[in-house]
This record gives sequence, structure tokens and C-alpha cells, in this order.
Amino acid sequence: MQKNKARSRFIVACVAPACILAFIFMAVPTFNVFRMSLFRWGGYSPNQQFVGLNNFITLFKDEDFFRSCRNSILLIVVVTIFTLSFALLFAYILSREKIRGQNLFRIVFYIPNILSVVVISAIFSAIYDSNRGLLNNLLSIFRGDAEPIYWLGDQKIVIYSIVIAMVWQAIGYYMVMYMASMSAISESLYESANLEGASRTRQFFSITLPLIWTNLRTTLTFFIISNINMSFLFVRAMTGGGPDGSTEVFLSYMYSQAYTNSTYGYGMAIGVVVFSFSFALSALVNFVTKREPLEM
Amino acid sequence: MKKALSLVLALGMAASLLAGCGGATSSSAPASEAGSTAASGSTAAAEGDYAGQTLKVAAIETAYGADMWQQIADAFEAHTGATVELTTDKNLEDVIDPQMKAGNFYDVVHLAAGREKALPETMLKENAILEVTDVLDMNVLGEDVTVGEKIIPGFTGNLTTNPYGDDKVYMMPMFYGPCGLFYNKANFTEGGGELELPETWDELFALADQTDIPLFTYPTAGYLDAFTYAMIAEVGGQDFFNKALQYDEETWASSEIDTMFDILGELAANTNSATPSYANNDNFTKNQQMILDNEALFMPNGNWVIGEMADAPRAEGFEWGFMALPAVEEGGDRYSYTFFEQCWIPAGAENPDLAKVFLTFLYSDEAADIFAASGAVQPITGMTDKLSDDNKVYYSVYDNGAKAAIGTFATTAPVEGVNLKDDLCFKMDSVVNGNATVDEWKESVRATIDILRDAMQ
Repeated sequence: MQKNKARSRFIVACVAPACILAFIFMAVPTFNVFRMSLFRWGGYSPNQQFVGLNNFITLFKDEDFFRSCRNSILLIVVVTIFTLSFALLFAYILSREKIRGQNLFRIVFYIPNILSVVVISAIFSAIYDSNRGLLNNLLSIFRGDAEPIYWLGDQKIVIYSIVIAMVWQAIGYYMVMYMASMSAISESLYESANLEGASRTRQFFSITLPLIWTNLRTTLTFFIISNINMSFLFVRAMTGGGPDGSTEVFLSYMYSQAYTNSTYGYGMAIGVVVFSFSFALSALVNFVTKREPLEM
Repeated sequence: MKKALSLVLALGMAASLLAGCGGATSSSAPASEAGSTAASGSTAAAEGDYAGQTLKVAAIETAYGADMWQQIADAFEAHTGATVELTTDKNLEDVIDPQMKAGNFYDVVHLAAGREKALPETMLKENAILEVTDVLDMNVLGEDVTVGEKIIPGFTGNLTTNPYGDDKVYMMPMFYGPCGLFYNKANFTEGGGELELPETWDELFALADQTDIPLFTYPTAGYLDAFTYAMIAEVGGQDFFNKALQYDEETWASSEIDTMFDILGELAANTNSATPSYANNDNFTKNQQMILDNEALFMPNGNWVIGEMADAPRAEGFEWGFMALPAVEEGGDRYSYTFFEQCWIPAGAENPDLAKVFLTFLYSDEAADIFAASGAVQPITGMTDKLSDDNKVYYSVYDNGAKAAIGTFATTAPVEGVNLKDDLCFKMDSVVNGNATVDEWKESVRATIDILRDAMQ
């Protein structure tokens, strides 16, 4: 009995610091975001005016907010599809095919992941430069002296310029993750598939994909959530939300409202929407991708 | 023994944790302890007894450097015997914002409005800045003249210093500089070129027929704020300008504002089409480079651009030229917007009286000389005589007939989702790209002005 009590005390003592820290640095700020979204407050004065759901009512009439939503959702969908497809493809090629310099490719694909967003932004600024950039110079072979394409200046294409940079940055990390789980698949499965005459595409969809599904599912949720944060960093570094706000995303709009526009409560209301959106999206992805796990 | 050792270790850990939490003010340190103690006995009595008091000063480090603030702090300590805790940083908001949100207010802050994080604007909207009207009537520390008498007329009483549109001063004017159009002298007759320097907007637009160089570029659309301020004054005069900054309905509905947008629209049509693609924080120097490379004729900017582009390559014979905005009509007034930084006292300051004395000291001849040595020019009568010849040319724009437009839009209560600068300045990117028309631009500005008028305090 005495021993049990001591044991419980020990467990409580071990768990308490983490719980207290999580409470102070996670639970309390999250609660505060929800609470502040009901107030009108600039951030300094003691007069926090309770406005109920007014911030949300304004938010759902705010065209600029909807534009940032559209951009965020577009980035989530397009970047996720391209990143995960390319990562899967490259991982499959690098782990199943015999290619010269396999390790070199592995490193080359992974490098963007260890670069900071600011460096990536500088690299892509050089690539996208309308007059002296790599991309326009290459295209001029086909386009001649036509008006250069303004990759970061034309509202119609600037968001896709960001997509390319984001995909380039993320592929390597997910590729390595998939390669790890692909290497765990028993070689005998592929051998028997070969004997049965299954093509490589068939092998990919019938053996590889089902067997790494759990991993894929986890990375998908993980990627979607990190995408919301990464899109903020990329937009801040590459375009600053411009031209004329055309690349604003959830978080950059929240930042500009909470700080630049001195409407902290409104910014927190955007925070609440983003928080709920991320939660709902993760749940949805989890639900849609649910399959019976396959055991080898 | 083991128990005692682990107890000591545990206590050590706990203490280090607490020390970590308590290190809030570690970034700032007394400016010069030796100086302050030495000075406290000698001069404090003469200037009032401030010995033993501590003044927390936060100043942004800009192109002028942080050294001058250290010297100011030392000099103030020598005069008063007070201790100055100086905090300087290039991103001052990031340092002082969390402190002030936690209730640790500074006594004096030197940080201008108009920056992205909009800290002074937020504090004004929150009524969190102390009124300093009485400072104008106070004697400058160590001199027999009041602050109000030393400041050049016009630098107080405008909507920057009196943000609520009344006669109460909240922001003290500090380093100033004219904003206008920069160009390459070599393109114009004054530098041996072929083009005539335009005096009216019509003359400027007529240059399009004489040269292949696009007429205009801007670093980022945010730089158009000083530009549009001067434009408002040009199309309607000083009274019109003041009314416009207070969101007056008739003023914004007037034909003068239509004229302004017509000119802006024509400028957009004559802007180097690559400008919006470089108009962000990462690439704006490429737009500035257009002037150096003769890829655009004119660019709105302030004198810092010369230092910013000092090491950049340039076209043969390049020489910086600067002029006020061209007049709307032949013989009409030409304006140059005067940008100035501001110094203010947070309402939560612990030592507001000493802070006000510090403000008076900033206008003393001694302080002005320290600032001027770093190139920072204060709006003090007679200051321009002390400038270097290079700077004199630049500051003499007002002596050459241009009028000064001073002030910013009046402070309103914060309005959710509404930002005038986005509508007034950043829309230019869309107009240059052809994604918005001048009429749409005008309408969105007028709609925003209507909302802000209702939010005036």
C-alpha cells in the first residue's frame, strides 16, 4: 500500500512539469485566443470592450478574408497533391529502381528541406526575376522577345509561383519518409508479383501504396497542418501578401489585422476560424482516408 | 550526503529557472554607470534634483546608427544625474511590444508611425500615449528658450503630432527629410542630357514621346503614401489637405480628388511594367535599381535611398537628382511631403516628468549637434545652416519654391478589416497590372474614407 502511494506520487511528480508547461503554454493561450475573439481591443489599453460575436459577423462579410481563405485552400489542395504525388513517385523510383547516383539524388532532393524559407525565397526571387531571371531566360528560347512573364507581379499567376516554391521545398522530406516505409516492404512480394506478370505501375498501386497507407495517412494530416504555417512564411518572404493583397493567406491576414491594423480582437477571431478549420480538415482527412490496415 | 547533494542540485535548478523568468529587463542596461554617478553630484542640483531617478528610453536603430542615442543618454545623465536605461534595436517593436503588453512601459520611445507593425498607431488608437502639449512651453534643458520656440513652425499642430485633430500634442517631431521624386540628372539638361526637367504633370507625361525609358517606378506601393499626401496638397492646397486628412466628405467627393486619381492613373499607365513584380520587401531594391540603370525616369522616395543604393552599379554619368512633385498646372504650387520621425511617452510611463525633461533635452543645441553628426536632422530653426553641402542641396528643396506638406491621416478608432493604406497605395499594383481601373480605385478609397470618418474619435 505504502509502496503504491509512493509510486503514484513519483508518477505525478514526473508528469506534473510537462502538464503544467502544456497548460501554461498551450491551453491558456488557446483559451485566450477564443476569449479575445469576443472582444474589441487594440492590444494596449485596459479597455477591452466585449462585442460578442460581432467580430465573426464582420469577418463573414470581409471580402479580403475570403480572398485569403481562397488562397489558403488553393495552396493546401494544390501543394499537397503535387508534393505528395512527387514525393511518392521519387521515393518509389529511388527505392525500387537501380539508378546511378541514387544517394546523390536522395541528398539533392532533401537539401531544400534544410534551407530556411528566407533563403528559398531569395533563390526563387532570382529564378522568377522578370528581366534577368532563370525562368524567363529559358522561356525566351521559345517566346522570343515577347513581354516577359511577371511571375511575382501578375495577380493571375503569382499564387502558382508560390506553389512551385513550396512543392520544391517539401518534396525531399516526405520522399525520405516514404522511402523508409517502402524499404520495409518485403522483396518477396515484388518477386511474386513479377512472376505473376504484374507491371510496375500495377505493383505500385497494388503492393507499395496499400502497404505504406498508414504512413501516407499520417503524413497527409501532418502536411496539411504544416502547410497552413508554411504558406504564411513563404508569402511573407516572397511577396509580403502582394501585389495588392493577392497572395494573402489565413495567417498573413490575421497578422495584418491583429497588428498592422490594430484590431487584435478581430485578428483573434480569424485565429479561431483558422483553428477550427485546421481541426475540421484534419478530422475530415482522417475520416476519408480510413482503411483497414494491411499486415504483411 | 547524497540527499544533501541532490537537494542542493535541485535548488540550483529551481533558482536558474526563476532567474530565467525574471530576466525581463536584461536587454537594457544603465547607459554609463560611471558617468551617471560622477555627474549626479555636480549638475543635478542646477537642473533640478533628478539624481537617483531612472529613465527608460527606447529608440529605434535606423540608418543613423545607435551610437548617437548612447551619446544623448550620456549627455542627459551628465546634465541631470538621472540614470538612463537605453534600449536600441533595429526591430524595436519586437523588443518593446512584449514588454509593454506585460505592463513594463518605457518612459520615452523614439519610434515613428508608418511602419508595418504600426505600434505608435495602435497605441494612439488605444489612447495609450501621453499628451505632451506642455512640453512645448517648457524650457529646453540647459537653455533659456522654450521647445515650442525652437521647433520650426508647421512641425507641430499637424495631424502627425496632434493625431486626434485637436490642439493636443502627443507626438514630438524628430528627424525629418523631404520626400519627392528621385531621378538621374544625366538624363536631363542640368546633367548634360537631352530631356527638360518637367515642372508640371503635363510636361512629365509629355516626356513619354521623347524617350523610350518608362516614366515611373516605385520601390513598393507603400512608398506612395508620402507621394499621395503631396498630391492631395497639390490638387487642393493646404486647407484642402488638412480636411482630406480628417476624412472630410465634401473634400473626398470633390473634382480635385478626381484630378489626383487621373494623374495617378496616367502614372500607372507609364510605370515600368516590371515594377509590381519587384514591389515587395525582398526585391524593392530592384525597382530602385531601375533609376540607376535608366529603366525608369522618376521614383518617389526619401533621402535614405542614396545610402541604400550606395554600392549598386549604375549607368555611366549617373548622378542623383531630387525634386518636389510637378505642379498640376503651369505656375501652380509644387509640394514635397516632409517625413519626420516621432518621439513619444507611453501613457503607462512610470516617470513621465523626467521623460518630459528628456524630450526638452532632445531639442537642445548639444543634442541637435550629436544627432546632426550622424546625419539626423531635427526640425529646429537654423539647423539647415549646419548641414553638409550634400545634405543642404537636398533640404533646400523648400527654399527653391516647393511647399511642405506635413501630417498624416487623423487617428480613428480601429476598424476591423479596413486599412486605408491598402486601398490608397497598394491598389496601384493592380492598376499598373491592369487588374483594376482608376474608377474602381477611386471608389474603394472613397468607401474606406466613409467608414473611417464614422470611426473618428
